[in-house]
Amino acid sequence: MIETDIVIIGAGPVGLFTVFEAGLLKLRCHLIDSLPIPGGQLAEIYPKKPIYDIPGYPTINAGELVDRLMEQGGVFKPGFTLGESAVSLDETDDGKYIVTTNKGTQHKSPVVIIAGGLGVFEPRKPPIDNLEKFEDKGVEYIIRDPEFYRGKRVVVSGGGDSALDWTIYLIENKIVSELVLVHRRTSFRGHLDSVQKVMDMAGAGKINLITEAEVVGINPNAEGRVGSVVIKHATLGDIVKETDHFIPLFGLTPSLGPIANWGLELDKNAVKVDTFDYSTNRKGVYAVGDINTYPGKLKLILCGFHEGTLAVQSAFARIFPNKKNVLKYTTVNGVTGF
Amino acid sequence: MKEAIHVTIIDRENVAHHLEAPTDMNMNIMEVCKAYELPVEGTCGGMALCASCQCYLESDTPLPEQSDAELAMLDQAFHVKENSRLGCQIRITEEIEGIVLRLAP
Repeated sequence: MIETDIVIIGAGPVGLFTVFEAGLLKLRCHLIDSLPIPGGQLAEIYPKKPIYDIPGYPTINAGELVDRLMEQGGVFKPGFTLGESAVSLDETDDGKYIVTTNKGTQHKSPVVIIAGGLGVFEPRKPPIDNLEKFEDKGVEYIIRDPEFYRGKRVVVSGGGDSALDWTIYLIENKIVSELVLVHRRTSFRGHLDSVQKVMDMAGAGKINLITEAEVVGINPNAEGRVGSVVIKHATLGDIVKETDHFIPLFGLTPSLGPIANWGLELDKNAVKVDTFDYSTNRKGVYAVGDINTYPGKLKLILCGFHEGTLAVQSAFARIFPNKKNVLKYTTVNGVTGF
Repeated sequence: MKEAIHVTIIDRENVAHHLEAPTDMNMNIMEVCKAYELPVEGTCGGMALCASCQCYLESDTPLPEQSDAELAMLDQAFHVKENSRLGCQIRITEEIEGIVLRLAP
């Protein structure tokens, strides 16, 4: 069990700056993020894009802003649980919270600050009626262990890098017995050399490439697992293909995820907060940055910094109810790390 | 220069909304839809990263060529047709006066 003063869910820019503001109040933080690196969207989606509305920086690349926030908050030695997503929030008898991740890592603290941004990045699921019924029964959206598919027949769907790269891997390493790649268009948008490799494999008959087609249905086998898929071709009509696995690879899309079930008041996929201290309806749980909402909300990094700053002031009062906190300027006292 | 143009958005219930969109606010179709509280999420904030603002171009309005980012995103999206566009990548300019777009499912 990891114990700290504040558990911050989300290691994006707002979560990282909140570490610094908490540190000034001598509060220790631990961050949890589903991505394997800190920085959130800035690191994962647009590290090379310039941001123009960070005070004092006429322009700064998203990736560089993350580096600087890591440096700034780093003096307060935050802990990190990366590559794991927070799935549950439970209250303990002594008024603290336990945040548990999908891998079972537990974190205990009197205060939880949700800085979850767009939420968790989850696989994009194709619109097939009974798709979810076959999850863990032959439908997988992420290839975790390629060996799982040894000797199996698979249908891969998608046209991006991930579909191409896995197709190449599964064939080059002679893992699957048969591979059908289904793509909506005739051309692919992946790296040129990957596209060429896949085209060569199709030409040599190593894979069955079906373009201008989409998987539109799944039929069960006798055990209720995936038995075959229905592929709708633009001109040839429906093709039924027997298979053991159907692997749709359409990238990731953000969703609020498990936070939606934590008993927090929500409004249009965002957590409602009181602008006095950015607290939620659960005592000791705050929400800052893009994931919260309130009248006048602006989804700006700048505003998230302000929200995190006020939230830790309130967190201090909760953690040390008998201590008086006086705002001290860093210009007067400097910054003393842990 | 015209200060506002007319945009028609057909929602998922097949209802046409005739909207006025200002040309001087550097807006895009996704933002106009949100401003009028039409059911467009615009999750990623207009970076062509989520396809939640996908729509179908139903008028013969000339639009600038789609960027690589938009085409790459549409490649990963569903319900994509020949006339699919991302609302966030369509800028409100005089040139698109009278545009008609239908929201994708």
